[in-house]
Amino acid sequence: MTDTATRTPPAPQLTRPRRGRLVAGVGAGLARHLGIDAVVARLALLALAFGGIGIAVYVVLVLFTPVETEDAADTADPEAVRRRKGRDISQLIAYCALAGGLGVLALLFGGWFQPVLWFMVFGALGATILWQQANPAVREEWMASTVLAQSGKSWARTGAGVLLVVIGAIGFLAFQQQLTAARAGLTFALTIIAGISLIVAPWIIGLVRERDRERRERIRSQERAELAAHIHDSVLHTLTLIQRRAEDPREVQRLARVQERALRSWLYQRPADAETTVKAALERVAAEVEEAHGVPIEVVCVGDCPIDDGVQAELRAAREAMVNAAKYAGTDSISVFGEVEPEEVLVFVRDRGAGFDLDAIPEDRMGVRGSILGRMERHGGSARIRTAPGEGTEVQLRMPREKERKDEPA
Amino acid sequence: MGTVQRVDDQNSTFASGAAVPRVVIVDDHRLFRSGVRGELGDAVDVVGEAGDVDSAVREIAEKRPDLVLLDVHLPGGGGGEVLRRVLPQHPEIRFLALSVSDAAEDVIGVVRGGARGYVTKTISGRELANAIVRVADGDAVFSPRLAGFVLDAFSATDAPPMDPELDRLTQREREVLRLIARGYAYKEVAKELFISVKTVETHVSSVLRKLQLSNRHELSRWATARKLV
Repeated sequence: MTDTATRTPPAPQLTRPRRGRLVAGVGAGLARHLGIDAVVARLALLALAFGGIGIAVYVVLVLFTPVETEDAADTADPEAVRRRKGRDISQLIAYCALAGGLGVLALLFGGWFQPVLWFMVFGALGATILWQQANPAVREEWMASTVLAQSGKSWARTGAGVLLVVIGAIGFLAFQQQLTAARAGLTFALTIIAGISLIVAPWIIGLVRERDRERRERIRSQERAELAAHIHDSVLHTLTLIQRRAEDPREVQRLARVQERALRSWLYQRPADAETTVKAALERVAAEVEEAHGVPIEVVCVGDCPIDDGVQAELRAAREAMVNAAKYAGTDSISVFGEVEPEEVLVFVRDRGAGFDLDAIPEDRMGVRGSILGRMERHGGSARIRTAPGEGTEVQLRMPREKERKDEPA
Repeated sequence: MGTVQRVDDQNSTFASGAAVPRVVIVDDHRLFRSGVRGELGDAVDVVGEAGDVDSAVREIAEKRPDLVLLDVHLPGGGGGEVLRRVLPQHPEIRFLALSVSDAAEDVIGVVRGGARGYVTKTISGRELANAIVRVADGDAVFSPRLAGFVLDAFSATDAPPMDPELDRLTQREREVLRLIARGYAYKEVAKELFISVKTVETHVSSVLRKLQLSNRHELSRWATARKLV
């Protein structure tokens, strides 16, 4: 069908390519130069040739356009070259057949301006479009969607094809002065067609319904298989592990929790918002800390926005705070609350555990001072830690959002 | 938290002051029902159990509990269906929704259907008992997650509210919800904001009322998009 012309450079010089030529490469070269499809260029040359000019143009172009250089030809995609080579002969034959056919028609009807000839051309064109529509690739689409759900473009194409065929047929008959005679025959033919449609229609509708039902069935069984596979890979696996580790309650709890989280995200989370927004990232961080340290972390997030550098730092600080809480607080749950406001992103990490005396922390303890307070300040945010021995800890992180991001929808 | 002072329905056993709330547990997992029963212990009086919508409606009508512990996902229409069939006849019965689901539409749907609180099934026995007593007492119970959903649903948009009284949270209500979302208990919220626990409860109840009555388009959109309410 279409020969995808090599259109790599923005404004290619007019040269005759070494590869992918049919006769002397004028058609392909022109197409490449003008940025159009080679088929169009070749058809145009063919049409011009019937007026006589085309042949002259072709000869002149063969004489005056340089052949493309060796290395330029070599840079062509080898895959494309191979494909084009295989197609060359059949294409050449197709063009010859077309030229021959048009020539014969012109001889038969004695000249180019015979309307009858044009009606035949119309008819042929319409038929081509219709056949094209019914080729395997398009049929695949037909099978995939119900007939009614076809795209408008496809309908338009079919309509144009039918119209051209009808115009061609009626015009041909009219110019052969056989329209009146044909009318009787036409009535007869239409009646027969209507009768046949009445007989065949229920059967066709039945076939279509059957096909739809089978499709639904297939989709359903595919979904069921996918679900079964997922359950097998995750839940059954975890249950086996839990049975084996039954004597270690902490490990059992961790396994159950990890599995719960995985299943939950599989069930409720849309795949679209993974990793690129605050909400998803905060949940992922919490899941990782939870998995590593075995303390359940409850995440609540209000609003959402894309992650910028400052927020990235805030997430790292939040992770550090979660790790600290999981390691030192000695509590059985941690609450994380994220809130995206128009100007800033807030994250609170809270536990009801042991708490500590903030002033008693040595200067060199990296966890709190470096990873939380320092990191937030370096990126233009702030961190507050509220804690006292026996009263739990809450780390409050505050990071202004980048100005240019503010216009984007949160 | 153990005893209940406020009494607003005459057939309540609370009149004695020391009685525990009578509870029906509705959940389709038998294992879970017995687990909850065990965890709650003496804190509440479990008078009945049900595993699907029809038996739940029957059981509630028969036992007339103070409170129904209602699973959001139930065979036969879900928790919302139970609310629809029971509340018109027995408006005095309180419902506390219980779910493993984190999906906003489930939670908001059942709360708009009339539940006075929502907690996740991971809640500890002691906390659940607290929540039950609180809801039986006529207050609302919000889990951190529900507080997050409500903040999200009422968050500022450009659309003008249809009913400013119902469609907007006050500054104070937002502060209370944010603290709840951060994992604060009512007592801690009260301390943080220098108000009484009673005032915190009033704010939360007011938010619950707005959530149930507001026609704010985010809520309706949520609801219609998920074919709820």
